[in-house]
Amino acid sequence: MTAFILSRTWQAALVLLVMSFVIYSLIGLMPGDPLDIMIASNPGATPEVVARLRAIYGLDQPILYRYAHWLLAAMQGDLGFSRTHSQPVLVVLIPALWTTCKLMLLSFVVSVALSMVLGIWAALKPGGVVDGVVSLFAFAGISVPVFWLALMMILLFAVKLHLLPASGLSDVGNESFGDYARHLVMPVVTLALSSIGGFTRFVRASMIETLRMDHIRTARAKGNAEGRVVLIHGLRNAMIPVVTVIALSFGSLFSGALVTETMFAQPGMGKMIFDSILSNDFNLALSGLLFATIVTLFSNLLADLAYGWLDPRIKL
Amino acid sequence: MNIRIAAASLALIAGGLLGVPQAALAKDDLVIGVAQFPPSLNPNIDPTVIKSYTLDFAIRPMTAFDKDWKLTCLLCTTLPTIENGGAKFEDLPDGKKGIAVTFTLRPDLKWNDGTPVTTKDLVFTWKLGADPKSGFSNNNPWDRAKKIDVVDDHTATLHLDHVDVAYNQWDQLLPAHIEAKAAEGAAAGDYLKATVYNRAPTTPGLYNGPFMVTGYESGSRVVLEQNPYWAGPKPGFKRIIIKTIENTAALSANLLSGDIDMAPGDAPALTIDQVIALRSQQPDKFAYLFKPSLTYEHIDLKIENPILSDVRVRRALIAAIDRETLVKRLFEGMQPVAATWVNPLNAFYAPDVTVAKFDPAHAKALLAEVGWKPGSDGICRNGAGEKLSLEFATTAGNKLRELQEQVLQSQWKTACIETVIKNEPARTLFGETTKKRTYTGLVMYAWSSAVTESPRKTLHSTQIPNAANNYGGANYIGLADPQMDAWIATAESELDPAKARVIWADMQKSYADQARVIPLFFRAEPYVLPKWLKGLTPTGHGDYSPLWAENWRSE
Repeated sequence: MTAFILSRTWQAALVLLVMSFVIYSLIGLMPGDPLDIMIASNPGATPEVVARLRAIYGLDQPILYRYAHWLLAAMQGDLGFSRTHSQPVLVVLIPALWTTCKLMLLSFVVSVALSMVLGIWAALKPGGVVDGVVSLFAFAGISVPVFWLALMMILLFAVKLHLLPASGLSDVGNESFGDYARHLVMPVVTLALSSIGGFTRFVRASMIETLRMDHIRTARAKGNAEGRVVLIHGLRNAMIPVVTVIALSFGSLFSGALVTETMFAQPGMGKMIFDSILSNDFNLALSGLLFATIVTLFSNLLADLAYGWLDPRIKL
Repeated sequence: MNIRIAAASLALIAGGLLGVPQAALAKDDLVIGVAQFPPSLNPNIDPTVIKSYTLDFAIRPMTAFDKDWKLTCLLCTTLPTIENGGAKFEDLPDGKKGIAVTFTLRPDLKWNDGTPVTTKDLVFTWKLGADPKSGFSNNNPWDRAKKIDVVDDHTATLHLDHVDVAYNQWDQLLPAHIEAKAAEGAAAGDYLKATVYNRAPTTPGLYNGPFMVTGYESGSRVVLEQNPYWAGPKPGFKRIIIKTIENTAALSANLLSGDIDMAPGDAPALTIDQVIALRSQQPDKFAYLFKPSLTYEHIDLKIENPILSDVRVRRALIAAIDRETLVKRLFEGMQPVAATWVNPLNAFYAPDVTVAKFDPAHAKALLAEVGWKPGSDGICRNGAGEKLSLEFATTAGNKLRELQEQVLQSQWKTACIETVIKNEPARTLFGETTKKRTYTGLVMYAWSSAVTESPRKTLHSTQIPNAANNYGGANYIGLADPQMDAWIATAESELDPAKARVIWADMQKSYADQARVIPLFFRAEPYVLPKWLKGLTPTGHGDYSPLWAENWRSE
């Protein structure tokens, strides 16, 4: 087990190194630099000022030089300075990460818990009424655009019913737990609804397949209660493919909530990464994307470990 | 029993989360919704609109243009001018003329930690601003002054080594007692990283306006509260909250839900079409204002294109489009059609340079003169059978621009001119296409200028972007006209308003005659304001309404 974890850690380090170079190069390939739009919209910026700023931000250096400079500093724990936030990258990254953690973990828990219940329920009688209703709900969740869902939630719960705040992290001067929680309800529900559909379909399909297996028939023949058959004998085996999908989704959660974060004005990682790429904020974009990569690699490692726990025959 | 306790607990939690409506903010607070977050709070770094808008509540420039576009003193007692003797010409050792401007700071001015604002701050800001390593990029550069003579704590004379029409326009001062330490770094770029405005923007002592920054959540909101050391009129609001909601549909929903009180027109918020739509849906819920601004929407023409090298074709392009109707249909007439880059509200506007009339027959006649005749498909062809076809670029994804583009394309088609739309994302358009002048036909975009700013950056031959100037200029049309260069140089140093008006009129006439650019309109700033908000007066220029935020109040 230790050897497996060590080997995966080395692999992860290599992936991160390659990823950092690829990301840096790709961002560098984008046309223009961060000062171009400023010049176009504000002719007051003279060529002298622009040249001076380019030198100060290091934009006049070749991209390989800039990457090497960044890498050396990053290896010493300095992720650099965010040009678009005028602050060290870590100072920008940590609050965004905290916002994303709250949003993502809550929506992840809600969506996984609900999809397990719905998927198992639907799988008990494939083609039945419950299966039909759950499938309809799942397909609706998959096909409804997050943007539209978020806007409808705001219009219903904030504009019409005045039950929940439409945006932000908290009200000024009312930073209580309840206030933070109220501000999280709509983004969490929106994110959860958008991922429940996919998870439910995976759980349902995996459970249907497992419940048709011989060992389930044997468990029933031995007189086990149906609940035990489904939850102990069936679910554990059905979880292996589901864990893979959920682990992969978990990683993407840290970089993929752009729309929800934008709609509900939650300044998290998705928005931060998107904005930093668009504005050529190399240090911030790179750090954000690498963090998302680390979370993906880590969640895959957890998934691998979970396989061993779910099925002791799987050797790591 | 347990079930009952659980049910009661759930009900309490649900009540706490859902059942209690959001506490309505008292009128002591004003919540402003904007679509961007300021990248920095240092007044001299990163000249973005949203940063200036936010800071205008908290830190005042030395001078600013007011709602009537008249230059006024904000930190000084009297605006120094040649007429009142506050500014004087001086002879320089090299035989040239310079100008000495004497400012007296208001004696009651204090930073928000109680420290008086003095000439020490002025000298500190000047020294820092004149140092290229500081990375200053403010609109009125400090390095224009070559020397400062301090008379006392409140009076100092700035010596300029040339005569400059903007001699009495100066930006914000920095608090020497706080920022001096941050400015100590010797390496280029150190100040950008060390400035307290970015590291700890709520530090007392950074602000001298009626409000001070007391809360800063990156990407989310800036909270401003009354500055206890502000000696001017007491502000009508205890707290201003500037909340960032980048998606404008969500911003609009936040207005309706009451989560935000207003969407300003002078900061990035709702677009004009969204405000027009909101006004038709909710005519009584809000007050709506549309203020024409200095943002000039136009189409640059590539003169090197053989089709466009003939001025008659360029004039035909202008005569073939009905800009009045375009503005009426798309923007309910809120954005005035432009004759040149000079806004009619500008003191140097030449009223005799009028908007070219929509005259499709004249357009066709001009084209016929050059040899372009309508072909069987309705598109003009020349003697060699070549089509009158031009590429037309703008920023992809900008809904309004794309709409304008379609209207113009259809109008030109009627006049037998084919335009092929080739849009690009903003960073490609401005990062490559305009910067390197690789567009082949027409390119539509906008820029803003200051109230009395000369057109040097956009029309002077030295500002044609090229490798030599590191693609830094904004003369994307490639105008290299010695006469225009001479006018610009004279306009920048002519202090006699009557003479300056003549030069500006010549520049506008030449600009219209040469037809190197198709002027479209001046964008209007669309405001959505609560009906109870009084005292907010839009300016339409780069000195934004919050510079007078102490007059805002709820009634």
